[in-house]
Amino acid sequence: MSDLRLFLHELRGEQLLFWRTREAAIFTFLFPILLFLLLGAVYTGTINGAPAGRYLLSGLLGYGAGTTAFAGLAITLVVRRENGVLKRLRATPLPPLVYLLALLTSTLIVFALEAVVMIALARGLFHVGVPDALGSLVLEVLLGVICFAALGVGVTGAIRSSEGSSGILNIILLPMAFLSGSFGPTHSYPHFLRVIADVLPLTYFLKLVKATVVSGDAIWAHPGAIGVVLAWGAIGAVAALRWFRWEPRSA
Amino acid sequence: MSEIAVSVTGLRKAYGPHEALRGIDLEIRVGEVLGLLGPNGAGKTTTVEILEGYRKRDAGEVSVLGEDPEHASRAWREQIGVVLQSSSLYANLQVAEILHLFAGYYARPRDVDEVIALVGLEEKRKARIRTLSGGQKRRVDLGLALVGDPELVFLDEPTTGFDPAARRQAWEMIRGLRRLGKTILLTTHYMEEAQQLCDRLVVLRDGQIVSEGTPAELTAGAGEAEIRYRQDGELVTVRTAEPTRILHELTAAAVAEGRELDGIEVRRPTLEDVYLSLTGDEDVEHA
Ligand SMILES: Nc1ncnc2c1ncn2[C@@H]1O[C@H](COP(=O)(O)OP(=O)(O)OP(=O)(O)O)[C@@H](O)[C@H]1O
Ligand SMILES: [Mg+2]
Repeated sequence: MSDLRLFLHELRGEQLLFWRTREAAIFTFLFPILLFLLLGAVYTGTINGAPAGRYLLSGLLGYGAGTTAFAGLAITLVVRRENGVLKRLRATPLPPLVYLLALLTSTLIVFALEAVVMIALARGLFHVGVPDALGSLVLEVLLGVICFAALGVGVTGAIRSSEGSSGILNIILLPMAFLSGSFGPTHSYPHFLRVIADVLPLTYFLKLVKATVVSGDAIWAHPGAIGVVLAWGAIGAVAALRWFRWEPRSA
Repeated sequence: MSEIAVSVTGLRKAYGPHEALRGIDLEIRVGEVLGLLGPNGAGKTTTVEILEGYRKRDAGEVSVLGEDPEHASRAWREQIGVVLQSSSLYANLQVAEILHLFAGYYARPRDVDEVIALVGLEEKRKARIRTLSGGQKRRVDLGLALVGDPELVFLDEPTTGFDPAARRQAWEMIRGLRRLGKTILLTTHYMEEAQQLCDRLVVLRDGQIVSEGTPAELTAGAGEAEIRYRQDGELVTVRTAEPTRILHELTAAAVAEGRELDGIEVRRPTLEDVYLSLTGDEDVEHA
């Protein structure tokens, strides 16, 4: 019971911190929405055989999950680690697990809001109806956020400084989003790029979301894709358990 | 016999080949203010962070409030307050916001406004932390250490960067904590601070304790007094165990010659003098 109180307290704190940190809020929350508007204005007709609006909605939902849960979370954790915030928190009675769960939930809230805004914009501007299989979409978002968050926490061990964190995360995230088809058609990519795309977690997350948004498939229709996303999540979790640290690298 | 808050025996810690602590024995009684002194790199922060549970020791027995800090419980963390040597917290929060956030981590926190008043930040209650001066940020750190109403407080150079008025205010606050019966471990490079606040001092050098005792004990053993005056514009310093006789001779001679002993003063060795002779290799001439 008191852990629940602590969780809610920390969650409220994390929300305050997120929206107060303007640059982060713009990068993780607004940027994918802006890209969606931009690309939606550029592409008409079909992309990879799907209506452009629906294709881009799923593509940018995928990219958004990547910026919020993967890059955003990882940058936040590295900056807090290097600032000594994580270290200072460890001296308080706040249990580490409660802290990480609150941070994850806060990330999920941010992404859920982002998804709602995108779905509303898609409806208003690009005549894309709200997906029928909404339950599946919610499950997919949950799956994606959890697995990308695990990867985000896992990758922090490899990042040495706050200054470098945003650069490194974008070097991972942007090509991944590009290869997996977040931003547009992939059929003209050379073979070797598609081979790389075939192992990326975002490719499979997009496959799930696209199937739901474009064809109305339930999440269960693609167990293979669920499996790959989960496997990547597991890799992230193992890396996190091994390499995550509370103390600054530079101390 | 009073209760023991912290007890340490044979504490050792090496970083790679470098031995930072080479066998430290330490005891802090409940309600006591213990000052840990020593030059840069002596091992103060290493000691404090082992007691806080941050660093693992290589050898030795450590008990802090009855627990081994390496395996400390949540109840234990309710009882301790920490000011780290360096920290920079959520820059975008206001002073009151960050104190509320931390207060929420504790079962029985102090009132946030009371803590803000205690560290003298009433005027900055609504200011973002990023807009505070270095000393003001340090006061926030101090506030965060107190907001959980701890029994044992670790303060690693808590007043570094404070202006003289703020330092005196911090001293008042630490005295206030002492009056409440709290136990405090403090490190500092300011000898006046150590003298003013600490019941007992431990001086570290190269990972070993070179001296310990009350401030009075440390200075008492140091013996010789110092007489200084100016003669023909030059500063003359005389160190002596018999200041009364030497002073009498000096003044008698001066009076006989109708001279003034400019700027004459007699001083006992200060804690700073004692500290420097314990930790450094200072050269002085003896009379
Ligand atoms: N994480 C670390 N890795 C390697 N060496 C370290 C580490 N922390 C401290 N040391 C070394 O251990 C010795 C003691 O350091 P410590 O920080 O305990 O000194 P200190 O007494 O607190 O000094 P200061 O007055 O400068 O704060 C120093 O020689 C320092 O270089
Ligand atoms: Mg130190």
